[in-house]
Amino acid sequence: MSEEHVTGEQPILDVNRLTIRFGPATILKDVTFRVSRGESVAVIGPNGSGKTVLFRALIGAIPSEGTMKWAPGIRFGYVPQKLDLARDLPITGVDFLRARGHGGQLTDAAMTEALGAVGLTLAACRQSVGSLSGGQFQRLLIAFALMGDPDVLLLDEPTAGVDEPGQERLNELIQRLQAERKLTVLLISHDLSVVHQHATHVLCLSAGTAHFGEPTTILTPELLHEVYGTPVAFHVHEH
Amino acid sequence: MSIETLALSATMALAAGLIGCFAVMRRMALAGDALSHVALPGIGVALALHIHPLFGAVAMLLFAGLLVWAIEDRSHLALETIIGVVFSGALAIGSLMTTGEDLIEALFGGTRTISQTEIIFGVLTAFAVTAFVLMRRHALIVTLVSPDIARTIGIDVRRLNLIYLEMFALTVALGLRYLGVLLMGSLIIIPAATAKRVSRNLTQMLTVASALAILVTVIGSLTAAHFHRPTGPFIVTLAAAVFFLSALWRNE
Repeated sequence: MSEEHVTGEQPILDVNRLTIRFGPATILKDVTFRVSRGESVAVIGPNGSGKTVLFRALIGAIPSEGTMKWAPGIRFGYVPQKLDLARDLPITGVDFLRARGHGGQLTDAAMTEALGAVGLTLAACRQSVGSLSGGQFQRLLIAFALMGDPDVLLLDEPTAGVDEPGQERLNELIQRLQAERKLTVLLISHDLSVVHQHATHVLCLSAGTAHFGEPTTILTPELLHEVYGTPVAFHVHEH
Repeated sequence: MSIETLALSATMALAAGLIGCFAVMRRMALAGDALSHVALPGIGVALALHIHPLFGAVAMLLFAGLLVWAIEDRSHLALETIIGVVFSGALAIGSLMTTGEDLIEALFGGTRTISQTEIIFGVLTAFAVTAFVLMRRHALIVTLVSPDIARTIGIDVRRLNLIYLEMFALTVALGLRYLGVLLMGSLIIIPAATAKRVSRNLTQMLTVASALAILVTVIGSLTAAHFHRPTGPFIVTLAAAVFFLSALWRNE
C-alpha cells in the first residue's frame, strides 16, 4: 500500500449507486456512501432492509451493480451475523484459528496474543466451539479477524444473542480496538443508543432506499418513524 | 486374501475415514451415502464396452460430484430431491444393465484378484485424498464455520468445495472393489460419525475416524475371506456395531 493512500483524504471505501438483485427482487437500490479512514459507520434499518446483503457485497461474496471501491491494499476482517453452528461439532477455537497460520503453522504465542486482545484465554479456545457462550464465540470471531491485521472491521450485529452485560463488554471491546489499532469500523446494529453515541456516520437502509449522514441528521424522530413505520425512541447518553 | 490386497484396502480405509469427517460435519451424510450408487451404471457401461469397470465408475462418480457441487448453493430441498431421484434412479438403471455375479460383486464388493490398474489407482488416489484432507483441513473448517469468513481470508470457497466433492467421489471409487456401490458410502460415513461422537477436537476426530475405518476394513475383510463371502456386508456391519457401542457409551 503506498503512503498517499494511507495519509491522503481519499476514502477507504467509496460506494456509488450500489444495486443488488436476487432474481426479480431488488434488495438494495442506488446506495451511495463514502467511508474515510478511522471512521465508525453504523448501518441501521429494519429486518430485511438488506444490511447483511450489503456487507456480503462489500466483501465480494455476492455480485452487485454500480461501483464499490476499496482503497488499494486494504485488508478487512469480517465478523458475520450469529452463526448457526451445530453444538456437537468436535471443533475447538484453536482448530478454527489455525486457518490463519500458513500450513497450520501458528505458534501458541501468536494465538495467545490475538486472544488476549479480545479477552479470551487459550484454555477457553481449547474447548469445542459449541461450548463457548455467545459472547465468547463473538470474541473468537473478532480475534480471528484481528489476526489478519485488518484496516477495516465489518461487524454484523456482533451483540445479537449475547446477554446484556456481555453486549456492553463487546461494545467496549470494539471501541477500544478501534482506538488502539486505528481501525475503520462498519457495524450493523439495532441498538440506536450505541449508534448515536459512537458512530461518526450512519447509513440507514429501508425498503430499497438509503440515507447517509452524521448521526444527528439521520437519527431524527421523523426519519426513524418513516423508516421503521412506528415511532422509535432511544436513550441518548449524555457526554 | 493376500497381504497386498489387505494393505491396499487399509490405505483406502484411511482415505475414507478422513474424507468422511468433513462429510459428517457438513451434514451431507445422506448425500454422501447415496452418491456411491451412481457408480453402478458406470460399471454396467464399462462391462458392456469391455473396459475396466473402475473407469466407468470413476467417470460417473466424478460427474455426480460435479452435479452435487452445482446444486449445493441452491436450496437444500432441491439437493435432497435430486439425490433421491437421480442417484436412486442410477442404481435402478445400473441394476438393469448388470447381471448375475457381476451385479452382486458391484453391489456388495468381491473377493476376486486385484489387478495392476486397481493397485496403481488405489495407491495414487488414497495418497491424493489423504494429502488433500490433511493439508486443507483448516481451510475446510473455516469454510464450514462461515464461507464468508473463508472468502475474506482468500479461500476460494467454490473451488475448495468442488475439490472436496471430487475427492469424495474418488474415495467412493477406491472402495468399490471391497464394499460395492451399496455399502461404500457407509464406510465413509459411519467411522466419521462415530468419531464425531467421541472426539473433542479436529485432530482426535480425524485420528479416530481413520483408525476405526482401517480396523473394521481389515477385520471385516479377513472374516469375509474366511467365510468366502462378499467383504462389504462384514465391514459395514462391524462399523455399525462400533457406532452403536459408542452411542451407548456416550449416553451413560
